[in-house]
Amino acid sequence: MSTHSSRFAARLMVAPSVALLLIWMIVPLVMTIYYSFRLYRLVSPDRTGWTGFTNYTWFFKSSDFWLAMGNTLALVGGVLAITVVLGIAIALLIDQPVKGQGVLRILVIAPFFVMPPVAASILENLFMHPQNGLFAAVSIYFGSDPILYMQDYPMWSVIGIVSWEWLPFATLILLTSLQSMSSEQLEAAEMDGASALSRFRYIILPHMMRAITVVILIQTIFLLGIFGEIFTTTQGGPGSASTTLPYLIFKQAIVAKDIGRAAAGGIIAVVLANIVAIFLMRGIGKHLDA
Amino acid sequence: MKMTYRALLGASVAACLSGAALAETTITVATVNNGDMVRMQGLMDDFYAKHPDIKVEWVTLEENILRQNVTTDIATGGGQYDVITIGTYEVPIWAKQNWLESLNDLPADYDIDDLLPAIRGGLTVDGKLYASPFYGESSFLNYRKDLAEKAGITIPDAPTWDDIKAAAAAMTDKDAGIYGICLRGKAGWGENMAFLTTMANSYGARWFDENWQPQFDQPEWKAVMTDYVELLTKYGPPGASNNGYNENLTLSLQGKCAMRMDATVSAGALTDPAQSEFADKVGFALAPDAGLGKRANWLWAWSLAVPASSDAKEAAKTFINWATNKDYIALVASKEGWRNAPPGTRTSLYANPEYAALPFAKMTIDSINAADPTNPATKPVPYVGVQFVAIPEFAGLATSVGEVFSAALAGQKTVDEALAEAQTLAVDEMTAAGYIK
Amino acid sequence: MARAVTPRRMILTTIAAWGVALVIAFPVIWMILTSFKTEASAVASPPELIGASWTVENYVEVWSRSDYPRFFWNSVVISVGSTLLGLAIAIPAAWSMAFVPGKKTKDLLMWMLSTKMMPAVGVLIPMYLLFQRLGLFDTKIGLVLALMLMNLPIIVWMLYTYFKEIPGEILEAARMDGAALWNEIVYVLTPMALPGIASTLLLNIILAWNEAFWTITLTTTKAAPLSAFIASFSAPQGLFYAKLSAASTMAIAPILILGWFSQKQLVRGLTFGAVK
Repeated sequence: MSTHSSRFAARLMVAPSVALLLIWMIVPLVMTIYYSFRLYRLVSPDRTGWTGFTNYTWFFKSSDFWLAMGNTLALVGGVLAITVVLGIAIALLIDQPVKGQGVLRILVIAPFFVMPPVAASILENLFMHPQNGLFAAVSIYFGSDPILYMQDYPMWSVIGIVSWEWLPFATLILLTSLQSMSSEQLEAAEMDGASALSRFRYIILPHMMRAITVVILIQTIFLLGIFGEIFTTTQGGPGSASTTLPYLIFKQAIVAKDIGRAAAGGIIAVVLANIVAIFLMRGIGKHLDA
Repeated sequence: MKMTYRALLGASVAACLSGAALAETTITVATVNNGDMVRMQGLMDDFYAKHPDIKVEWVTLEENILRQNVTTDIATGGGQYDVITIGTYEVPIWAKQNWLESLNDLPADYDIDDLLPAIRGGLTVDGKLYASPFYGESSFLNYRKDLAEKAGITIPDAPTWDDIKAAAAAMTDKDAGIYGICLRGKAGWGENMAFLTTMANSYGARWFDENWQPQFDQPEWKAVMTDYVELLTKYGPPGASNNGYNENLTLSLQGKCAMRMDATVSAGALTDPAQSEFADKVGFALAPDAGLGKRANWLWAWSLAVPASSDAKEAAKTFINWATNKDYIALVASKEGWRNAPPGTRTSLYANPEYAALPFAKMTIDSINAADPTNPATKPVPYVGVQFVAIPEFAGLATSVGEVFSAALAGQKTVDEALAEAQTLAVDEMTAAGYIK
Repeated sequence: MARAVTPRRMILTTIAAWGVALVIAFPVIWMILTSFKTEASAVASPPELIGASWTVENYVEVWSRSDYPRFFWNSVVISVGSTLLGLAIAIPAAWSMAFVPGKKTKDLLMWMLSTKMMPAVGVLIPMYLLFQRLGLFDTKIGLVLALMLMNLPIIVWMLYTYFKEIPGEILEAARMDGAALWNEIVYVLTPMALPGIASTLLLNIILAWNEAFWTITLTTTKAAPLSAFIASFSAPQGLFYAKLSAASTMAIAPILILGWFSQKQLVRGLTFGAVK
């Protein structure tokens, strides 16, 4: 069906979105590259000029940089692991015929409708707060000291909050995939005496691989840029214990108002994101015949 | 009833007519979401009655987001706002960049000479007032008198740090959820570093020497950090490294802090029975000293200013005059009582016998008067500012240092490691910024 | 995967599923409960439920303190507007990618997705200046454009995966009948892909509704949506859990209600091509 004219028409129809995205990507990118070589602090506008790679080297020399890189990976990896594993478990569970399925599903996807800053401040204050939180009350009820989530386990706390936000997304996609499975295959396996575990291992899991790939890909894109939840809860601390790369950039842009450094950080982050993307494509791209 | 209704109708008709006759000016006011500012938004009827030709659009934001949006706007000449809420740290820096409109031409009824000298000084650059204080604050100690009594101690009106340590030890009862002292631990130049800088002032420490050389490698800072970490670790609430102003105020309102060193402005809430069941048990004292002649109290004023990029400067000044005038204070007092009047800006407020009768009035004014931005430390310094250093680089630098210190409080670093790291950070930053040649 | 189950098993799975669902939704439920408590009751230790003092005062205060309808309306316009505009641009693109794929189609899709990886804070000032100079700052159209572009890659991808499942023969048949390209899209393709388009629409409205960085940074008053509304209630002075909960509930309620009614559509349609 690809006649010459239809191919031309096809190009024409892809053109607007490609052109828009190209502008959307290139204009800020060029501006950011420009600023990344400039000395530009919002509050000292009289000191400007070209600085070469100073803004870039500042990041690489900063003791927080490698920590932030590690934390970024921990955040992405941790949230992915939690949401995929729990997502599969929950999808398997709510795919069963149960009473009140409609209400049940809305409950499971409820976190998805909560704005990230709201989710973070509600979980921090109403649940994880060492004096007023619900978790503290539970600890005290069982006679132990409240856990100091934000002080002793800042990175885990952030991962927990973000996982809660993204669990519904993973569950939904995995559930849709489950529902598309043919039941004959499973029934046949059951008749052959395959255990539940081996049915899961050899039939269900391979079928879900594509869905898992999609979850990993889309979530990675969103998770790489997360800083709002950190800003609301731990502010990257204590010390730099929960500082991620986006948060490190955020601090340079918003607190220090150093536009040059923030721009350099942005460029570094773009490069890293693309490296991650390439690995992702190599690693799991084969499951996607997009 | 009928009369009121008719009067109201008349007024609104008049408002419509005048609105049609005079071109209505709309001003955008960016403000922080603290109690006093929210209260003002509830009293706007008074403003509209007096100035029907001006319409006010509010942008109310949480402090950090407000600061981010306002700074970006003013530094890029955006002109989105006609009135902005800024603090004592920003005013001198921004005024020097010619980003702010001078307020020297406010009408006579503004009564500029009534402003508290310490507050006015902080908002004045080269003899010109660049922002009008909405409320001013220092910091002091609030404590629960009933707990002090129970522990058999008295807290002097002008305590020393040794008094504080002893009192904290005596009043702490962690099993009952009572913590001897609550201090700011959350990282940030306006959070833990505001407190620690004042504590440093009282300990004889300073940020920089006369040649802008950072001083974290000096023994005075080590004494500050050692005592700070020890006080909070032994007697403070668990998780103190994540507690800022809000968290500690909440704990105090719940009666969980036996003592708390923080802003004088929270006294209104602390003594308000509607907000705290311990309202009648709160005592106040000056911030402590270490016998070196400086107390650990700061000076801050949330102030209203007009950006140079505003296109409605006259209307903006009219609004500022209304919002920070003596009449406004009287208006709040008449509607919501003297306790809720915006504190710390005007001499006349403290001369008012009704206000002076409030339990925190005298301590507040004494604290404010005791702060000296031009001479904050016991040793000479090249900068202005009590709990901050009024240079553009400070916010970023102090936030980084604040993170290191909050890590020390959380037990992730020793005091020595934290101080060494702070020193390196400060030297690097000051060298990059060209202060250290 | 519907299979016959014993009643006993059904009861067990029902209990387990409801337990899990309640745990997941609990923070939202607790937030809504807290929003109806007095501030003192909200932070009471141990937590109060039966004996709590209930009130609607928080909602009254939040409502009187800010112009909720305006924030709400801005959120609606921005999220729906950006999604519809995104669909209008993405449908033709996804159509041609699905039915006239070139050698580079897959790369193109991946490139589109990778544009989403630019960290927002790194480009804050460039974007800010751009919006100011173009007169888009604090305008709904500016935010509609920004959020549309942010979500466009996701929209294109989702649509592409739905379109690809439609057999090409049907289109061919339509073409034989002499249908023009545009008619083919409007009358043949779109109706068949309607469930997919509907879930794309829903997902993107949710994503746009929840966006809380650019919507706060690029607005002041006229275009500020509910994310800015929330920013005026977070971290005020003193005891604030109940009021924060009330404001939060008001911010998420509209989208939660939308989700409630469209839950089936979301569950069925959110495949991203993961279903074969």
